[in-house]
Amino acid sequence: MIGAATREPELKPFVVETRRPGIRGSAERLREVVDSRELLAFLAWRDLTVRYKQSTVGVLWAVLQPLLLAAAFTLFFGRLAGLGADDVSYALATFVALLPWQLVAFGVFSASGSVVRGQDLVTRAYFPRILIPLAPFAVALVDFCAAFAVALLWLAVASPSLTPAIAWVPVFLLLALVTAVGVGCWLAALNVRFRDVQVAVPLLVQLWFFCTPIAYPSSIVPEQWRVAYAMNPMVTAVDGFRAALIGSPQLELPAVAVSIAVAVAVMLTGIAFFWRTEDTIADVV
Amino acid sequence: MPTSSELAVVATNLGKRYRLGESIRHDVARDWLADTTARLLGRRGRASARSSPSELWALRGVDFEIERGDVVGVIGRNGAGKSTLLKILTRVTRPTTGSLSGWGRVGSLLELGTGFHPELTGRENVFLSGAVLGMRRAEIVRKFDRIVEFSGIEHMLDTPVKRYSSGMYVRLGFSVAAHLEPDILVLDEVLAVGDAPFQGRCLELVRRLSHDGTTVLLVSHNLGTVTSFCRSGLLLEEGRLAAQGPVEDVVRTYVRSLEAAAGRALGERDDRSGEGLVSVTCARVLGAEGSGSLETGEPARFDFEVTRCLPGLQCSFTVYDMTGAAVTYFDSGEASPLDVPFEPGTGSGPGTVSCELDELLLLPGRYRLNVALYLEGELQDHVEAATFFSVAQGAIRGRPVSSGSGHAGIQIPHLWKFEHLPARQRNASVR
Repeated sequence: MIGAATREPELKPFVVETRRPGIRGSAERLREVVDSRELLAFLAWRDLTVRYKQSTVGVLWAVLQPLLLAAAFTLFFGRLAGLGADDVSYALATFVALLPWQLVAFGVFSASGSVVRGQDLVTRAYFPRILIPLAPFAVALVDFCAAFAVALLWLAVASPSLTPAIAWVPVFLLLALVTAVGVGCWLAALNVRFRDVQVAVPLLVQLWFFCTPIAYPSSIVPEQWRVAYAMNPMVTAVDGFRAALIGSPQLELPAVAVSIAVAVAVMLTGIAFFWRTEDTIADVV
Repeated sequence: MPTSSELAVVATNLGKRYRLGESIRHDVARDWLADTTARLLGRRGRASARSSPSELWALRGVDFEIERGDVVGVIGRNGAGKSTLLKILTRVTRPTTGSLSGWGRVGSLLELGTGFHPELTGRENVFLSGAVLGMRRAEIVRKFDRIVEFSGIEHMLDTPVKRYSSGMYVRLGFSVAAHLEPDILVLDEVLAVGDAPFQGRCLELVRRLSHDGTTVLLVSHNLGTVTSFCRSGLLLEEGRLAAQGPVEDVVRTYVRSLEAAAGRALGERDDRSGEGLVSVTCARVLGAEGSGSLETGEPARFDFEVTRCLPGLQCSFTVYDMTGAAVTYFDSGEASPLDVPFEPGTGSGPGTVSCELDELLLLPGRYRLNVALYLEGELQDHVEAATFFSVAQGAIRGRPVSSGSGHAGIQIPHLWKFEHLPARQRNASVR
């Protein structure tokens, strides 16, 4: 029944030792991650299944959240504070901005606590630990798709109508994802060491929210500060979504370049930092 | 470099250092900042391998080779580095120095149900756990029916595992782990959980895997299990390899080292576990009239001096023979109305717990005992090999008892009868 299967004559060798730092160690880790993509899919599938089993409204929640937020912002910022020209265009611009933002906020939230939450996995089985903060992005992406579908419906009836610029959406989605993965890896690794991080994350995300042009247009930021402002990659991601879906604002190349550079840097350092702590997670957690 | 056809595992200068601060957990960033600042300011540049009080080498300079197909018992006291070794072998953690190489897939039955999510069904968890343990999707699909059949929970397959009884949970987890078909199997005291049929199944499986060439590493405190189950042994002492070889030799070395450690004053030994609210400072075994010599069949008394007389204190001890098999067990938790508790209202200073025997039924030989103290079910102190003692030949109810066959153990008081049949029956039976 068991063990009756024929054994391969040559067994696959393995070595457990302190991993080399630097490029060679990273290449080894990257290869392991690629080898484990099936497990990543399993973990993502687990998160999705659990999420939609537990919540009764299911995917509706992913749509309801940005809609309600957009409605609240429209009332308070758009109408009462006078940030929007008219209610409908302000609401639409806010909803569109919330698409990448919700993805990032949810992804960062779940990723930052993921390793601590999954500690019995970490202390019992071996696999590349970075799969743990990566897996929650599956749920974030599915939620994004649901909200994006609603945005498309809205845009179909709104004016101005959709243009071929919509093809840029994946680019800005990628920018948002790269940023979120980077921040998520940083926070997940830090959280293993310092449980304060768990407490700090909501505040951090909230501050980040106000540094991102969601409830307000980026045009209220003075011209000479735009490039510095774009050091928050979400500025470009959000404006990019707006440009691709509702035609404004115009993106400026230096700002876009800065955002991309920062996002890539955050992701690379985040992964590198996670990898640095990866091998001792089971000892510390 | 040895080849994979002969060897399963090779450890070279294996070492694992834990920073004590890490295992306690940095709950606050402030601590870490303070530490780091101190390091940057003053302690920069000291040799990283040098041991400081805040470090603990769970393993140090360990070299060994394990042949393919061998069944190895890993023994040693608590904190000797056994579980660290297993963690490195299963790659849950990495060594600080040296390396451990192996050939083939490592599977463990350390904890069952790894990767299970309570909200998911049994079916879903088979896939999830299988993937976490290192199986490919295609492999799980191929083995799925066998896994389910082996677990015997077909009827619950589409129920979330949170509704499973713990027995069903363990069976499903075991079934997944078992079908990993590892080349190197790591076992812990996991075999002690579950009911007897389940344990039987575990052992049956391990025997079969071992028969098919799987290398097995078994960590156990039960030297009896190790001796009967393993071919060779590996003894760890304070993180170092103390002996390796045929299992009988290694177990003998271990028992001797236990005896050497017992020479130290019990109160000063630090190879103990438990909360420590109360601990044993001295263990003595006394013969008739408080003499030091013990004889089979004579009265005996086990005395334990404890640091505090706390109400509700529970004491238990187990007597082992020199092969490491448990012979008998005493537990004050199983109270008799005749037991004498601490007198109430006399303070909580040091005291003595003693266990009196009218008749010592142990066969002549040498024994050791492990003692444990509990308060309200919580382990306070546990010392292995707290003391050693010898039992001399004597008589039980007038019947001389010698060690005879060489097996230690107990003698049960008994009476033989040899009788003639009455004459009439005798005739009948002859005919």
